[in-house]
Amino acid sequence: MKRIVEFTVNGEEREMAVETCCSLLDALRDDVGLTGTKKGCDVGDCGACTVIVDGQPVNACLMLAVEAEGRTVETIEGLQPDVDVLHPLQDAFMRHGASQCGFCTPGILMMAKKLLEDNPNPTDEDIRFGLSGNICRCTGYTKIFDAIKSAALEMEAARS
Amino acid sequence: MRRFEYHRADTLEQVSRLLTELGDDTFLFNGGTDLLVEIRERLRRVRHVVDIKQIPGMSDITYDETRGLSFGALVTVGRLERLPLVRKLYPNLCAALASLGSIQVRNRATVVGNVCRASPSADTIPPLIADGAFIHIYSTTNMRVVPLAEFFTGPGKTVLAKGEIVTGITVPPAADNAGKAYIKHGRRKAMELSTVGVAVSLCMDDGVCSDIRIALGAVGATVLRAPEAEAMLRGTKLDDAIVKSAANKAMEECTPISNVRASADYRRDMVGVLTGRAIKQALETFA
Repeated sequence: MKRIVEFTVNGEEREMAVETCCSLLDALRDDVGLTGTKKGCDVGDCGACTVIVDGQPVNACLMLAVEAEGRTVETIEGLQPDVDVLHPLQDAFMRHGASQCGFCTPGILMMAKKLLEDNPNPTDEDIRFGLSGNICRCTGYTKIFDAIKSAALEMEAARS
Repeated sequence: MRRFEYHRADTLEQVSRLLTELGDDTFLFNGGTDLLVEIRERLRRVRHVVDIKQIPGMSDITYDETRGLSFGALVTVGRLERLPLVRKLYPNLCAALASLGSIQVRNRATVVGNVCRASPSADTIPPLIADGAFIHIYSTTNMRVVPLAEFFTGPGKTVLAKGEIVTGITVPPAADNAGKAYIKHGRRKAMELSTVGVAVSLCMDDGVCSDIRIALGAVGATVLRAPEAEAMLRGTKLDDAIVKSAANKAMEECTPISNVRASADYRRDMVGVLTGRAIKQALETFA
């Protein structure tokens, strides 16, 4: 049986008609058409499907779409502040070559966004802890950490 | 995903009724971080899930000096972990919460869910048992409060009868003379199930240990206390020699098995190492 779910995604109010046993991840990709959120393991291990729900990062594969009713969801598609304007994290990831195959990147960017909101000057340890639920199987972690540190500095400079 | 029926309950009474009426393949759906994985990997046959997250009154966290810390069944691991009060007064529980899954998982998983899953390796159980926590159980006919140490009857098994629902957990207040620690041993720091977990909660009066509870995770069918080791330590100054003999006693008291994560012998050795380490860490509170 399908249910109509009303929710806000990337600032836009949307409706989706979903099966009650459908995950938020499948609903975002197949019903809403936002395929930037990736399906890696589908069991909450890899973090590729990380989205931000009511301000907290979660695995979209471990949430049912019907639970999104009335909630605010942010996905990678909403990270850009404006058309043709990159988020400092996106810019830093490109400059540092922090994306290899790119499959983990949307999840890592969403997690890094939340990390820098909570902690604008993270230490290496803070970044490692913050990204411990996001797996990059190209194992390009060093460049990912460099990019996040670089974005943190730029965002700090932009604020002052 | 394998299909199942989704029900949303608004009251505890309704949950209890649904659990009784819908049959054995009906499960509570709280954080869902375990249940959805089990459904997807076909580890559990599920026909109905009952979402309890809309039920009012189970999202509260309170603390007072007589009753201690209370939290409802809907409180997520992440929410409790981030509370400064929990970090300060329950460093053992906080260490366990911060070691469970990942940040994303902790934002969905609930503490009560981790407890009710009754895994011998569940991270939150050893510190809660070492602190003498109680679990609150609702049923339409009989509400009861059970010491957490008496809640588990085997791996994945609890004293919960059909139609009973856990509404929350209370942890006694942290005394000024209390020291607490939880040490998790695994192959990696994140997204890891414990190979062995050791929690220690102790009280010191004038340099003498007046009370101590040791809880051992992943080395038995349920999380275990180490009563003989505890008895050896009570009334002592917890010097290195007595801590070493008590740690050896804890190794005798545990009943580990061998599985994919470690052998029984290795687990028993680690109980010895970690019990000593956890006692020292709990004592650092007074240093």
